[in-house]
Amino acid sequence: MIQTQALHFHYATSPEMFFADLRVPQGGTLLLHGNSGSGKSTWLALAAGMLTPAGGEVTVAGERLSRLSRTRLDHWRARTVGFLPQKLHLSDALTVEGNLALAYFAAGLPEDAGTIARSLRTLGVGDLADRKPTQLSGGQAQRVALARTILMQPKVILADEPTASLDDDAARDGLELLRSCAQQCNATLVIATHDRRVQDTFPDALVYKIGIQPEWARRART
Amino acid sequence: MKTIAVAFRYLWSRPLAALLNLLLLTLGLASITFVLLASEQVTRAFQRDLAGIDLVVGAKGSPMQLILSGVFQLDSPPGNILYTDVQALQRMPQVERLIPLAMGDSLRGWRIVGTSQEYLAHYKLSVGQGQTWSRPLEAVLGAQVSSSTGLKPGDSFSGNHGLGASGPEHAQAPYRVTGVLAPCGCVADRLVLTSLQSVWQVHDRPGTAEEPGHKEEKQVSMALISYKSPLSAVSFPRMVNTTTNMQAAAPAVEVSRLMGMLGVGTDVMKGLAGVLLVTAALSVFIALWNAVRERRADLAMLRMLGATPMRVAALLVCEALLLALMASVLGLAAGHLVTGVVGLLLAARQSLPMTGMIWLPQELWIVGAALGVAFVAALIPALSAYRMDVAQLLNSR
Repeated sequence: MIQTQALHFHYATSPEMFFADLRVPQGGTLLLHGNSGSGKSTWLALAAGMLTPAGGEVTVAGERLSRLSRTRLDHWRARTVGFLPQKLHLSDALTVEGNLALAYFAAGLPEDAGTIARSLRTLGVGDLADRKPTQLSGGQAQRVALARTILMQPKVILADEPTASLDDDAARDGLELLRSCAQQCNATLVIATHDRRVQDTFPDALVYKIGIQPEWARRART
Repeated sequence: MKTIAVAFRYLWSRPLAALLNLLLLTLGLASITFVLLASEQVTRAFQRDLAGIDLVVGAKGSPMQLILSGVFQLDSPPGNILYTDVQALQRMPQVERLIPLAMGDSLRGWRIVGTSQEYLAHYKLSVGQGQTWSRPLEAVLGAQVSSSTGLKPGDSFSGNHGLGASGPEHAQAPYRVTGVLAPCGCVADRLVLTSLQSVWQVHDRPGTAEEPGHKEEKQVSMALISYKSPLSAVSFPRMVNTTTNMQAAAPAVEVSRLMGMLGVGTDVMKGLAGVLLVTAALSVFIALWNAVRERRADLAMLRMLGATPMRVAALLVCEALLLALMASVLGLAAGHLVTGVVGLLLAARQSLPMTGMIWLPQELWIVGAALGVAFVAALIPALSAYRMDVAQLLNSR
């Protein structure tokens, strides 16, 4: 479940961003639309607790983020949020397996080789465990990154432009995997995208178009 | 996955950079180790050889030469003095102990020193194999001499005239080895010791002794003197210098002069080693700084995965400390190795004893310094990693 209330954010060099009040039920799907620069990534970062809002509240999986200290927020993110960044962010210094193991290191948990192997198998890349990310194709790399995202059985999966660099087939596969992973974890899925193909895969999803001044902000102005 | 394991993987993900930094840091630490070991051992050897010798009396010349030749057996003696004059000194009330030394011959470059049994007593030398000399032309070998020449008790040898290895041989008067000294880590390791009579006998020309009415006066090279009371240091040397045709040199004065001269050398070496270490520290800093810049995305990813800023900073510090620890081990090993090699070279030239096989407590400071340097070098990159803007970094590049 994700709920926002009077959420706004302010970068030092650009005008303030206001976000509409939203409520996505647990297990539901939210598509964030909007032009690049409109604040999709910012919204995801706010929901992941990586940015602190200028005002308002985000509640994710029952946790009001403003109540958590920075350290608690990091711990919370490690266990609750699966983040799939647009640039995937797999480390070239490590093998595929090492990259997944890094999630345990970041969370401060003991490494679980069994879960890593299972997660890679789920996504059909079990035999790539010993490769370096540079040796993977775009689709393979995305599957590996997705395997890392669902490693901790997150309650929320946040995906930033997951289809940006994929052809139609790969994009459909990727989205299907994303959907089935979210279903397996019963995770709330948020996809920031400007890709029309995404909506075809998730016809029932909630859609929020970022960039329009929300009602509450207009009321506050006057 | 533990921080150390992750740090190790990251360190070796850029093997060339890691190796170069390791090499730089190792060189700095090795040179500091070498300077430390060498200066400590030279000082120790000097102190051990000097212990209990208050004055050296010999022929007129350079007092420094007198000390270097008489006490440390490094230089050649300035000349000879009459044994009767030395005996006169021995009878003086200020003198506790007087050890005469007669040099001039050598065995394959190792000095043959004629002296009294008191020399053994003074340096607390014990005979490891065999026994000490009791008759003329019997000799006792220092430990290093024995292992270098392979001579054992019962063997015989003839000395070469002069302190070099190339002088004419005294074949008419061969020595017999009666014993080998236990290693003492002092000057006696490098000497062949025998009685004064042996040295005189070897140099007696057969013709001259038979001439009626002529008796060649016996000579020695110098005498090592210990006072009964330290107060004698004030007047005794001046007395010797003014009333006899001999020269008195106080080791304490000459050695502090020598150390003053050598000290500049060790200070320069320490300074150079320090510069090397600072260079190494800078290179580690630059390497880590670059690593942080290169890896900003990786570090942001760690934060995205829920690592606290503290954990990310700890990772970088850990990486630097790992590098320092490896460099410490290698640097200490290399420093000891170099000291050992220099020791071998010095031994081949029959010079000061030096070994790479001793460990000094100060070496722990070297490890400490290496870790400290690495920590400081890692601090600024770690701080910048601590402060980075994760959300922005995830989307940049």
